[in-house]
Amino acid sequence: MPSDLGLALRRPRFWRSRRGVIGFAIILCVFLVAIGADVLAPDTPYTPHLLERRHGPSLRHPFGQDELGRDNLSRVLHGARRSLLVGVGAAALALIAGGILGTAAGIAGGWLDSLITGLADMALAFPTLLLALTLVMLLGRGLTSATVAVAFAAMPVFVRLTRIGVIRARQQEHVLAARAVGVPAGRLILRHILPEVLPPLIVQAMLWIGTAILEVAGLSFLGLAAQPPAPDWGAMIAQGRGAVFAAPHILFFPGLAIMVTVLGFNLLGDGLRDVLDPRTEL
Amino acid sequence: MIHYFLRRLALLPLTLLVLSLATFVLLRLVPGDPAQVMLGEHATAAQVAQFRASHGLDQPLPIQYARYLADLARGEWGRAIVTGRPVLAEIGQRLPATVELAAAAMLIACAVGIPVGALAGRRRHSWADRLTSAISLVGVALPLFWIGLLLSYIFGYALGWLPPSGRLAVGSDLAWRTGLHLVDAIMTGNPAAFSDALRRLALPALVLSSVPLAVITRMTRATLLETLAQDHVRTARAKGLPERAVLLRHGLRNAAPAVATVIGLQWGSLLSGAILVETVFAWPGVGQIVAERVLGRDYPAVQGIVLVTAGMIMVVNLATDLVCAALDPRIHYA
Repeated sequence: MPSDLGLALRRPRFWRSRRGVIGFAIILCVFLVAIGADVLAPDTPYTPHLLERRHGPSLRHPFGQDELGRDNLSRVLHGARRSLLVGVGAAALALIAGGILGTAAGIAGGWLDSLITGLADMALAFPTLLLALTLVMLLGRGLTSATVAVAFAAMPVFVRLTRIGVIRARQQEHVLAARAVGVPAGRLILRHILPEVLPPLIVQAMLWIGTAILEVAGLSFLGLAAQPPAPDWGAMIAQGRGAVFAAPHILFFPGLAIMVTVLGFNLLGDGLRDVLDPRTEL
Repeated sequence: MIHYFLRRLALLPLTLLVLSLATFVLLRLVPGDPAQVMLGEHATAAQVAQFRASHGLDQPLPIQYARYLADLARGEWGRAIVTGRPVLAEIGQRLPATVELAAAAMLIACAVGIPVGALAGRRRHSWADRLTSAISLVGVALPLFWIGLLLSYIFGYALGWLPPSGRLAVGSDLAWRTGLHLVDAIMTGNPAAFSDALRRLALPALVLSSVPLAVITRMTRATLLETLAQDHVRTARAKGLPERAVLLRHGLRNAAPAVATVIGLQWGSLLSGAILVETVFAWPGVGQIVAERVLGRDYPAVQGIVLVTAGMIMVVNLATDLVCAALDPRIHYA
């Protein structure tokens, strides 16, 4: 999978797509911020300054200060780490789990195929956030279980995409030929079928990272994922909600950070789609 | 067509059956005794024992499931743990607010998305095309709860043009007929309540419309671009048909089924968004209580909300398929 991504980024076609380049630049910035938050942030994300509560943006605190006088900029910078982890983690989880189920359905056919596709179709029509909330009730609240729940709710898309790809790939001549010369099933799947199926899956996963970040942020906002005092963008918006009329800057910047990050992943996904999977342009 | 409709209608209970099985299994997956889960953690041992006996929880699982189904069919969906009220009554009271909000959001999304997307599909690189790109990019990247809070600050507080939250002014004299405030206000001839309800609906509906707006605009543009490149459109233009007629009768007419399909699929995301938007705007719908009930492990309430939502989605899916069949004579349902 990483080699596919690396190849895509090395192709000139990707760098000619304006969306792809802008998306790549945004995500690179967010990534660097996530790594260097400790160095870049002017303050720790936890130090309260109780005499400067809800102070607006100033030279010393460009994003202002929150409910407890903590530096908003430092909290937003530290929040990047969690958002990236959550988004990429959820996408990887949904991709792997959905990929395995989709491959099983596509290879096995018969009742297993009907069962998996039937369940996926039912889940697909269902509101993903409600599905994720129900799962959080089972798993308990917290950032990890929220990430797992969001990934699970998104799995049906990956199941269907993998299944269709596997069924298509099975009918291709080089796969038929490999089968005819007696390549064992495991090797057939890994070496001949998966390379055909992966590109659209990676594009879908990339496009879905943004959605995952939005959904987990939504769960944090509802108080079910990240818990205060963690510097989490969704939880920061939830905390700023009480002071929205008095100090809107507290929630403005974390929300902006979510939007820019999600936009970055969506643009990057668009650019990758043009290179890896030009057929499904919409 | 009528056969297809009847067959789909017959499948509805079957799908609901599968869904009820899913919620039944879910109840057994929740850590702890099902009776304790249904009654909440504050129930006494005697209450739990009584519940277990009266609901046959000591019976084999298939019999338990049959009883569970019978309870569902009789409308006995249990009592909400958080409020102690019957679940079905509680949902019934809140459902109209969610339906009104979602319908208004979808109306905005269609009323803006289809014309803008059509203009963009007609002329690439025009202002409408750029607007479409912007809408479809930003619309799906906005955290709904964030933009909702910001708009409520700007229009409800800083400018003071619209009420920042709530569904109806306190002490309003609007009589309850359907629960849809706009419809009730018209039915009872209450213009003051109508304008109040409309002003309060505007912001949440606008915020909720952002995702379907993005998707509908993008889909209309893409489908129209594809349709207008086809031979029959060239023929229509060549025979001198006015551009307006080409666009409406050949372009949009052929793009309609695809757009209708996408509109149908957006209801799920609307109901997801409603959970966040209703929380932000203190909108007394079903979505407003979901998070609170999940936190309170209010299993009967969550189960009821899941079943009702799934039922609504199924009805919408059926309606979408029927609309598509009516729009596209090529679709045959045996």
